[in-house]
Amino acid sequence: MLPSCVRSVGKKAINNKNAAALVSKFNQGFATEASFETKPYRLHKLEQGPSTNVSVNRDDALKIFHQLQTIRRLETSAGNLYKEKIVKGFCHLYSGQEAVAVGIKAALRPYDTVITAYRDHGWCYLFGVSVEGVLTELTGRRTGCARGKGGSMHMYTDGFYGGNGIVGAQVPLGVGLAFAAKYKGTDGVSVALYGDGASNQGQVFEVYNIAKLWNIPCIFVAENNGYGMGTSAERSSASTEYYTRGDYIPGIWVDGMDVLAVREAFRFAIEYCKSGKGPLVIEAATYRYSGHSMSDPGTSYRTRDEIQEVRQTRDPITSFKEKIISTNLVTPEELKKMESEIRSVVDEATKKAKTEPEIGLDELSADVYVNNAEGDIRNISPFSPLKHKKIGPAVNAK
Amino acid sequence: MASVKPFLIQKFANKFVNNRAFSTSKCIAAKQMTVRDALNSALDEELERDERVFLLGEEVAQYDGAYKVSRGLWKKYGDKRVIDTPITEMGFAGLAVGAAMAGLRPICEFMTFNFAMQAIDQVINSAAKTFYMSAGRINVPIVFRGPNGAAAGVAAQHSQCFAAWYAHCPGLKVVSPYNSEDAKGLLKSAIRDPDPVVFLENEILYGVQYPMSDQALSKDFLLPLGKAKVERPGKHITLVAHSKAVETCLEAAKELAGKGIEAEVINLRSIRPLDMTTIAASVAKTNHLLSVEQGWPTCGVGAEILARVMESETFFHLDQPAIRLTGVDVPMPYATSLESAALPKPSDVVEATKKLLKVK
Repeated sequence: MLPSCVRSVGKKAINNKNAAALVSKFNQGFATEASFETKPYRLHKLEQGPSTNVSVNRDDALKIFHQLQTIRRLETSAGNLYKEKIVKGFCHLYSGQEAVAVGIKAALRPYDTVITAYRDHGWCYLFGVSVEGVLTELTGRRTGCARGKGGSMHMYTDGFYGGNGIVGAQVPLGVGLAFAAKYKGTDGVSVALYGDGASNQGQVFEVYNIAKLWNIPCIFVAENNGYGMGTSAERSSASTEYYTRGDYIPGIWVDGMDVLAVREAFRFAIEYCKSGKGPLVIEAATYRYSGHSMSDPGTSYRTRDEIQEVRQTRDPITSFKEKIISTNLVTPEELKKMESEIRSVVDEATKKAKTEPEIGLDELSADVYVNNAEGDIRNISPFSPLKHKKIGPAVNAK
Repeated sequence: MASVKPFLIQKFANKFVNNRAFSTSKCIAAKQMTVRDALNSALDEELERDERVFLLGEEVAQYDGAYKVSRGLWKKYGDKRVIDTPITEMGFAGLAVGAAMAGLRPICEFMTFNFAMQAIDQVINSAAKTFYMSAGRINVPIVFRGPNGAAAGVAAQHSQCFAAWYAHCPGLKVVSPYNSEDAKGLLKSAIRDPDPVVFLENEILYGVQYPMSDQALSKDFLLPLGKAKVERPGKHITLVAHSKAVETCLEAAKELAGKGIEAEVINLRSIRPLDMTTIAASVAKTNHLLSVEQGWPTCGVGAEILARVMESETFFHLDQPAIRLTGVDVPMPYATSLESAALPKPSDVVEATKKLLKVK
C-alpha cells in the first residue's frame, strides 16, 4: 500500500506535467522568466501561505538544474563506491529528495544556517564543498571535507553544521543555531531537518516547545520520504500530518518534489521567522529511491512498482527539466551539455575518491581538544603515547 | 524532576562548617566565602566580561537557582543572559550545544547531574565529539554544570557521582572542585575554555565557607584545568581525592598526624585530564597510595588512577599495593544509618592508611 502522501502527490504530479507556464518573458528567442502553478500548500494555523504562483528566471533555472543533477550524480557515484566497498560503514543516499535541499538553499540568505541528519551529502555540496570534497570524505581520504575523519554522516562547512548520526539529535542543535542568530541580533534563521521517523523523537517536541516559547527563528523541516528505515509513516506516526505536529507552531505542507514550490515556501518561511513570529514547521513530502542505507535494498517494505511509479510521475529532476524546457527557458541541448559536464566532474572526483591517500596516522590524535591539557594521548598500550596535534581552524576558539 | 529540597541540605551542610578546623589556604587572614558565593561570583564576572556568555537551565533566573547559585544574576543581566528553561533537559542541553557551535558561550545548568542523564547524548555525541568529527573545524565552547554526587537523604536517584561517566569520554574536560577557591577559579577557566567542560559541583559543599585569598577574590583569578593541588603536604602516604572526598581525606590526615603519620592530600580538581604528574611525584615521596571517592568502585576514578600507576614507573615506588576507597557498590539507600555507611568516612581513610603502613 502506498502511503497516502505518495498517492496524492502522484496524482497531482500527473496533472502538473501539463502545468502551463502562466507567463513567459522572452528575449532573443529564450524565455527569460516563466511562471508555474504549484500544487496547493496545506496550512496549519496560518491565515495566509506562500504563493502558489511561482516563477523562475533563466539563470536560476540553470543553477537549480545544475544543483539537482549534481546531487543525483554524486549520490549515484556514492552508491557505486559503496558497492565497490570503497565507502565503508553507513551511506544514506538522497536520490529522489534533491528538490528539498536545492529548493531550501535557493531561498536562504548567506548567513542562514542548516543542520540535518545523516542524509547530508547533497547539503554539504550545496553549502560550497566540492563534489570531490564530499566523495573523498565518503571514502575517508585527506581531501575530504572533514579530512576523512567524519565520513558519510559527519560533514561540515561554513553555515552547515552537519551531518548528525543520532536520529533527532540535530533538531535541538538547529534550534540552538537559531537561538544564536537571534541572540547576536541578526535576522538570520536556522533550518533543522529531520525525517518522518525522527518526527516522533521526544527531543523534537521538547524544542518545539522551547522554540515557540522563546520565539526562536527556527524552521523545522519534516522531510517526509514515506519511510523511517523500513517503517512507513503510517506505521510509525499516530498522525502523519507532520506539518501540524508542532501543535501551537504554524505549519505548511509543501510538495517536496517541486523545487520551486519548496523555494517559495521557504521564502515565505524566512520572511515569517525573521519578522519575530517564531518558528514554523514545514513538511516536505518527498520520496527516497534507494533503501534507507546501502545495506537496505529497500524492497521488503514497499514494492518495486511503487518506486517506479514515483520515478516516472514525480521525479523532481525530470519534472523540473520538463518545465524549463517547455517554457523555453532553456534548450534540451544546453541541459544535455550541462549533464555531461556534471558527469565528468563527478567522474573525476570519483577517481580522486579512490586514489587520494588517507591522512597520516599522526592525525589519529589530532583535534581532540582545542586546548589540549592531556599532554600525550593514550595509545593502545601505554608504551608509545601519541602526540596531540592541532590542525583544523577551530572556528569558535576565540 | 526537581524532587529534591535544596534548602534542607543547608542545615546538613552547616555541620561541616564547624567541623572544618584545618586551613585550606596559605593566606592567614583570608576572607571566608561559601562555595555557592564563589560560583556565583565566577558566573557574575564571566557574564560581565563576555557578552557571548549566557546561563540557561531550570529555575536559574526568577527563582534565583534551585540551589541559589545564580542568585541575583537575572536581576542584573536580564532575560537575555539568564534564562529559565522548561523541564526538558535534552531539549535545552541540545539547544545550548547548538548555540555554542554558532559561537556563543553557554553555561548549561543541570539542576542536578542526575537529570543530565536525560541529556547525556547531547553532552557526549554532540558536544564532546563534534570537534574531532569535523577535523577540528567546529569546537564547542560550553560548560555543563550543576551539583553532582551524593546529597543527603535523597535516596538512589538523586545521589550519584558522574565523574567517571564523563571522564570516560575523549573530547570532554571534567572538573570537580572542592572548595571556594577551586569553585571560582576553575569555573572561570571552564567558561573561557574553547572545549566542552563538565563541571561537577557538590550540593553539600555549596553552603560551606572556605577562605578566599586576595588573589582569588580578583576578577582575573583563574585556575588551570587539568592540574591537581596538593592540599596538605606529607611524606608517609598519598591520599588522592576529588570534591567532598578531599574533605574526608583532610580530616583523616589531621587525625593521622596525631599518630605521627603525615599524609599528603591531593585535590584532583580535574578528573579529565587527570594530573598523574602530581600523583606520581607524591607517590615517589610517600611510597603509598590510597584513592578516595564517593562514586562507585567499578570503572571509577580510583580505578583509573590505580591502573595508570600500575602502568607507569610509579608502580615501582609503591611499598604496598595501592588501594581504592569508594562509595559502597550499591544504589544509595535512604535510611540515615545505611546512607552513612555507604560513603567513605575519615575513619575509613585512617583505618586503610594504618593497614597500608602496617601500624596499629
